[in-house]
Amino acid sequence: MDVTFWEMIWPALGRGLLTTLQISAVALTLGFLMGIPAALLRVYGPKWLRWLSVGYIEIFRGTPLLVQLFVIYYGLPDLARALEGLGIEAQFLVLDRMLAAYVALGLNSGAYQAEYFRSAIQAISSGQIMAARALGMSQFQAVTHIVLPQALRLAIPAWSNEVAYMVKYTSVVFIISVPDLLARGQFIISKYYNPMEILLTVGAIYLMIVLGLSTIMGKIERAATIPGLQMEVERG
Amino acid sequence: MSNAIVRVENLHKAYGDTEVLKGVNLEVDEGEVLVVIGPSGTGKSTMLRCINLLTRPDQGRVWVAGDEITAPHADVNQIRERVGMVFQDFNLFSHLTAEGNVMVALTKVKKMSKDEARKLAMFELERVGLSDKAQLYPAQLSGGQKQRVAIARALAMDPSVMLFDEPTSALDPELIGEVLEVMKKLAREGMTMIVVTHEMGFAREVSTRMIFMEHGVIAEQGPTQQLFYNPQHPRTREFLGKITELYGHEQGEA
Amino acid sequence: MDKLPDILGSLPYLLEGALLTLAITVLALISGFVIGLPLALLRVYGRKPAATLAAAYSTVLRGLPSLVVLFILFYGMAAVVKLPAFLAGCVALGFCSSAYQMELLRGAIQSVGPGQMMAARALGMSQLQAIIHIILPQALRLAIPSWSNEAAVVLKDSSLVYAVGLAELLRRSQQVAARTYQSFIVYSLCALIYFAMTFLANRGLDHAERALRLPTPLEETAH
Ligand SMILES: Nc1ncnc2c1ncn2[C@@H]1O[C@H](COP(=O)(O)OP(=O)(O)OP(=O)(O)O)[C@@H](O)[C@H]1O
Ligand SMILES: [Mg+2]
Repeated sequence: MDVTFWEMIWPALGRGLLTTLQISAVALTLGFLMGIPAALLRVYGPKWLRWLSVGYIEIFRGTPLLVQLFVIYYGLPDLARALEGLGIEAQFLVLDRMLAAYVALGLNSGAYQAEYFRSAIQAISSGQIMAARALGMSQFQAVTHIVLPQALRLAIPAWSNEVAYMVKYTSVVFIISVPDLLARGQFIISKYYNPMEILLTVGAIYLMIVLGLSTIMGKIERAATIPGLQMEVERG
Repeated sequence: MSNAIVRVENLHKAYGDTEVLKGVNLEVDEGEVLVVIGPSGTGKSTMLRCINLLTRPDQGRVWVAGDEITAPHADVNQIRERVGMVFQDFNLFSHLTAEGNVMVALTKVKKMSKDEARKLAMFELERVGLSDKAQLYPAQLSGGQKQRVAIARALAMDPSVMLFDEPTSALDPELIGEVLEVMKKLAREGMTMIVVTHEMGFAREVSTRMIFMEHGVIAEQGPTQQLFYNPQHPRTREFLGKITELYGHEQGEA
Repeated sequence: MDKLPDILGSLPYLLEGALLTLAITVLALISGFVIGLPLALLRVYGRKPAATLAAAYSTVLRGLPSLVVLFILFYGMAAVVKLPAFLAGCVALGFCSSAYQMELLRGAIQSVGPGQMMAARALGMSQLQAIIHIILPQALRLAIPSWSNEAAVVLKDSSLVYAVGLAELLRRSQQVAARTYQSFIVYSLCALIYFAMTFLANRGLDHAERALRLPTPLEETAH
């Protein structure tokens, strides 16, 4: 491999990495926005909402991300067509590949995050809510001002695992031809027939990003630590 | 060489910068019951663990029943079989029944047949008064029962000497007696024992010799009567005073 | 909806794919265990360089997407050996899982507590004997819940083998979807089959955990 070859491919890999990071960031944000209410509903919600939340969480945690991606990217347009046949306009179900990636990874991450938040919320003793209610707070106030600030801190270690996961798992979007890091790598391979170098390079980039993000999350975790508030985590 | 069962020569051990043992010399003859006392953190446990090499000393030599366990190519596991050890927190194997706890080393280390091992295990459990608890798991036993199983487990290996590291310190007061009773019986049967304990009643009644350890050395030693009633070292006197104050009631004298 | 009989007719074909999915999962889990357990032991009981090496192995593999590991084995190695897709899938997922299994086994081994090792050594057991007869019987029991979780992860990740063309459940679903033009129903059915498999796997392992659990004292909950 000469210098010009690498000079040629770095920009492509760089663009791919950007896409990977962008999808990860959107999916994590979306996942957060889904995860918090899902967790709260699962713990505090009325019965039917609790079941709804459990259903969402269990379905997305019980099936492969790639299958979810296929249902959303290939399945939903098909559903839209069927609905149209019944006279119902459902064009919004037809997502382009980037949007499908955001939605699939976001919903998937939301289900996992919901579980992290739930176990964090449940690790906060019920005495905390009781004490807050005794001070005259409403249930909603007690949850937002007393429980969540503690639970979110407790969830940071699990959440940093989730960050690493998302970055790694975004690689599945390559299968629906989203031009992420892995896709760019595969494209170069198909052009130059040098799979080992490129795959190892791509792998090294993923590894560096994951390690870098874990270090950052570790720093955040330490900064947010409150003495005596801790709990354990494992692989989602 | 004398007929000492355990001989310790110039034992040194440091953890990082803290010197825990600073030259311990000791000889224990067959049939002796040696009680070791001394303030917390002076290296009593470390010394016991050096005797069967659970902790490797930095310097010094240890003989057990004539064999040097610290020799470069000594078969440490084989020599350890002859040294029974009983821990403060029992360390019963949680996945095995009382009987299984006694049997496991017999079958795996001594390569006994299961039947033989079971027979011996039942005999040893009988000896500590627990033959009816043979099928229970550690979690289903009281502290005193656990410690008696641990003693049976060590005895089954037919050791030449038994080491006890504060065997009753983790027990509720009402359970101490049953363990001391078993230990007294052992002493009467002629077992050589080295016992780290704060139970002065036991020491006075059973031990033949006592050792006062402080700051990693043996500060004073002598026959039990002498150490009790006529200690030479002012620190020994002070410590004995404190300990009777703390553990004033003399357990297991019933 | 006129395609429904066609889709139902494809069910046996899909279930055969599910069998392949299960085969990959089981083989990957076994190889992950076979690699992960000795590494976990090295990490806990090994000398410094070995323990560090084991830790590095785990860090690297946990930092790589499974898909990249799969491609390295399938495409990257192709110049040297052309691995069949099935084998590449099992090995890739096995490697990835080995790092996670190493971590969960390490946690379990460490939670057994040093006293057990000390007591075993005091009875004359060698370190290896103590590990085999005393530490592992306890650690493996403790590891079952996390291990069950890992089994579900590997089962789901086995769908990635789709990308190297193996006719497992997802690939077969795609074929049926292409033939019937019923992507939504077919992929949902595929998801349902995966769901049933993870659900049953978790139930089965829960059951195993309860069956193997050691008796606890009757009155008190903690010791
Ligand atoms: N594995 C170890 N690593 C580091 N330091 C240790 C270790 N084991 C013991 N120590 C230190 O060595 C010193 C002596 O410990 P040791 O347990 O032998 O004392 P002890 O006389 O048995 O005290 P106690 O009455 O509290 O049991 C203590 O300061 C202890 O902190
Ligand atoms: Mg001690």
